[in-house]
Amino acid sequence: MLDLRLLEPCSLQSSLAACADPQVLGAAPPTFKLPAVADLDGFQKAAVQMVKPAKGTTTLAFVFKHGVIVAADSRASMGNYISSQTVKKILEINRYLLGTMAGGAADCQFWQRNLGTRCRLHELANKRRISVAGASKLLANTLYSYRGMGLSMGTMIAGWDESGPGLYYVDSEGGRVEGKCFSVGSGSTYAYGVLDTGFRFDMTVDEAVELARRAIYHATFRDGASGGVASVYYVGPQGFKKMSGDDVGELHYKYYPVPEATVEAEMEDVTTS
Amino acid sequence: MSMVFAPCLTETAAPTTHAEPAWSPYDNNGGTCVAIAGEDYCVIAADTRMSTGFSILTRNYSKIHQITEKSVLASSGFQADIRALQKNLDARHQIYQHQHNKQMSCPAMAQLLSNTLYYKRFFPYYAFNVLGGLDNEGRGCVYSYDAVGSYERSGYSSQGTGMQLIMPVLDNQLKSASPLVLPLQKSTTPLSEFEAVDLVKDTFASAAERDIYTGDAVEIVIINREGVRRELMDLKRD
Repeated sequence: MLDLRLLEPCSLQSSLAACADPQVLGAAPPTFKLPAVADLDGFQKAAVQMVKPAKGTTTLAFVFKHGVIVAADSRASMGNYISSQTVKKILEINRYLLGTMAGGAADCQFWQRNLGTRCRLHELANKRRISVAGASKLLANTLYSYRGMGLSMGTMIAGWDESGPGLYYVDSEGGRVEGKCFSVGSGSTYAYGVLDTGFRFDMTVDEAVELARRAIYHATFRDGASGGVASVYYVGPQGFKKMSGDDVGELHYKYYPVPEATVEAEMEDVTTS
Repeated sequence: MSMVFAPCLTETAAPTTHAEPAWSPYDNNGGTCVAIAGEDYCVIAADTRMSTGFSILTRNYSKIHQITEKSVLASSGFQADIRALQKNLDARHQIYQHQHNKQMSCPAMAQLLSNTLYYKRFFPYYAFNVLGGLDNEGRGCVYSYDAVGSYERSGYSSQGTGMQLIMPVLDNQLKSASPLVLPLQKSTTPLSEFEAVDLVKDTFASAAERDIYTGDAVEIVIINREGVRRELMDLKRD
């Protein structure tokens, strides 16, 4: 006789609901059921393998005199397979807040959409826009409550608020760090090299966009898990604007054009008399 | 003379190095799904073989499910989870119709599917989905998903065991400018509906050659402004 008691769901609902204000609609975190298997860790590891989050990526963001630049590639890989070359890794949370995606694509999409909802609720409740610090804190606190559950996110929240440009790095371990320059993903080391070499605080917007574009290009050149289209956004006092989107293959020939081959002069045949 | 039971030497000398496989709530029933979006049509196709391990359970199981007038879901993976997911979406769509007095649009259903999948983030639906249909302007749209709900709209997609065989062929025939490139370029395929259906038939015939889980027959659903129609083409049954 099969023992079916193991199939009874054991839910996390009570503990999760306790750490949120249930009266504000949408602000209470969604509740998740857990499988009732003996080895939860092993099951989660196997489930993560099945989900195979897109870890390979290059995203970067930096603050300079005129605002914040955010740039990313667009490749998603599942192991060796490139599952997409057209992934939007820069997520528009609202008109003046951007978030980047690295790690689990579903985790980033879902929680940043959730963050957008809660930022809007903040605006409605407080009659003013939420600050970048506040938005990143909302996300970080949510991720901290799921710490250890296997979420995988390394995201940067960039924006412009009353105190000027803001940039925070938030990850699924629950970390949140303010900074002036970050790069996240498997191609981040290559991007840092280019970024740190060319950075000047008082660049113009066009120079900053070009620096970011080059940094992403160089990362996609050397990192197999990054590629596709290099997108660059600028966040200023009027909100964000997408500045460029270039296929990195085309950028390669733009930065390193193939020189025209010199044509050798043909030798004429000399008839011997 | 008393007999002493001596433990078998072979058992202790060579202990098993791998753990006994524990019961798993999942199984992979195989199969492949494809969808192609055109200017005013959408083609969604899936093979009809359902397998488990090396056995075939049935040769005519439909992996395609029409949720709304304008959206069709094709899923490969664990068919029990997929059936549960389809019922969940049907119920949510019924509620939407009661509340809004109209059918859900395809982009709305796409986001609903993403959220439904993510709500089971810690016990995922083992379903690899492709949602196809017509958007509010009547243009074809295809959304492809991973198992936990990350989704993206594209011009074409394939999922399932034959995905890696079919996707390069679709890239070769249909790939167009990325929607991320600035200035924005048109990215719908210029193929006609007839040519797209032909391409789908060719790709499934090729996938059936090299993927053991794909075969028997391919069910093709075409949505355009006239409505929804179905075709069935036989594939190799080996």
